[in-house]
Amino acid sequence: MKITVNGAAVETAATTLAQLLVEQGKATAKVATAVNEAFVPTSARDTHALANGDRVEIVAPRQGG
Amino acid sequence: MRKFYGVELTSPLMLGTSQYPSPAVLAEAFRRSGASVATVSVRREAGGDTAGQDFWALIEQLGVAILPNTAGCHSVKEAVTTAHMARELFDTTWIKLEVIGHGDSLQPDPFNTLEAARILCEDGFEVFPYCTEDLVLCERLVEAGCEVLMPWGAPIGTGLGLNNIFGLRALRAQFPDIPLVIDAGLGLPSQAAHAMELGYDAVLLNTAVAKAGDPAAMADAFGKAVVAGRLAYAADPMEPRDMAAPSTPVLGQAIL
Repeated sequence: MKITVNGAAVETAATTLAQLLVEQGKATAKVATAVNEAFVPTSARDTHALANGDRVEIVAPRQGG
Repeated sequence: MRKFYGVELTSPLMLGTSQYPSPAVLAEAFRRSGASVATVSVRREAGGDTAGQDFWALIEQLGVAILPNTAGCHSVKEAVTTAHMARELFDTTWIKLEVIGHGDSLQPDPFNTLEAARILCEDGFEVFPYCTEDLVLCERLVEAGCEVLMPWGAPIGTGLGLNNIFGLRALRAQFPDIPLVIDAGLGLPSQAAHAMELGYDAVLLNTAVAKAGDPAAMADAFGKAVVAGRLAYAADPMEPRDMAAPSTPVLGQAIL
């Protein structure tokens, strides 16, 4: 399945958002997620199925003013 | 002292965490300034990148309140989704709502800011809106549920100080019970002191400290300036006048 992760094209075997985070090495990291511009809370990652063409955003804490 | 959504801040200084020469300098700047709040953002992180994780480990050690922002957002949808991600990531309902409307000045978009504020307040966020000193916009933001207002002093990163003192004074008078924060545009501690002398409750700044030659020393200076400004406001300053008035008694002066 082809999806976009943080703006980059990714070929993935993950079928859920939780599996994608494992693939990305972010299963236990402090990150938040959105799919197709909608926030997906941590509690919903296991059940959130991914579809071809999905646009996933994975964000972490960063410097800010 | 006015509270920020029920929280009394130990210092009226809110400090950004961006643009420091190193994490160690950032930590030293916070320590010396006594800042009570750190602003942070959320940014992309995937694959082997761990910059965000490392940054968070540093910020956690500061022992200050966390105020995540929605910096860089232009639309209501972007800002609302970013706020939701920030709420989960930082485990706080506080959000510095920044919805930019103008590319060169980074002036907030008043219409989208108001719409996003309404949505976020209804969803249980405690919104700190980055706004201008426009009385009507601020009135609408308060009606939407904002219990704090954060007008700019000048455009972000300019260091120009307080560009509209009359407007900022009018805002203070208009909202006697709302905590007001000067957010953005400050370049010098004297400007921060001035904001506090106008009766503002806090100042939020980043570039003025981070881009100083000695950020930790400048942070120290800002920390002292806001305390001095707050004391001066509470001490009820004298009214300025146009004509000179001798301070030394005229009575008793020798005729020579």
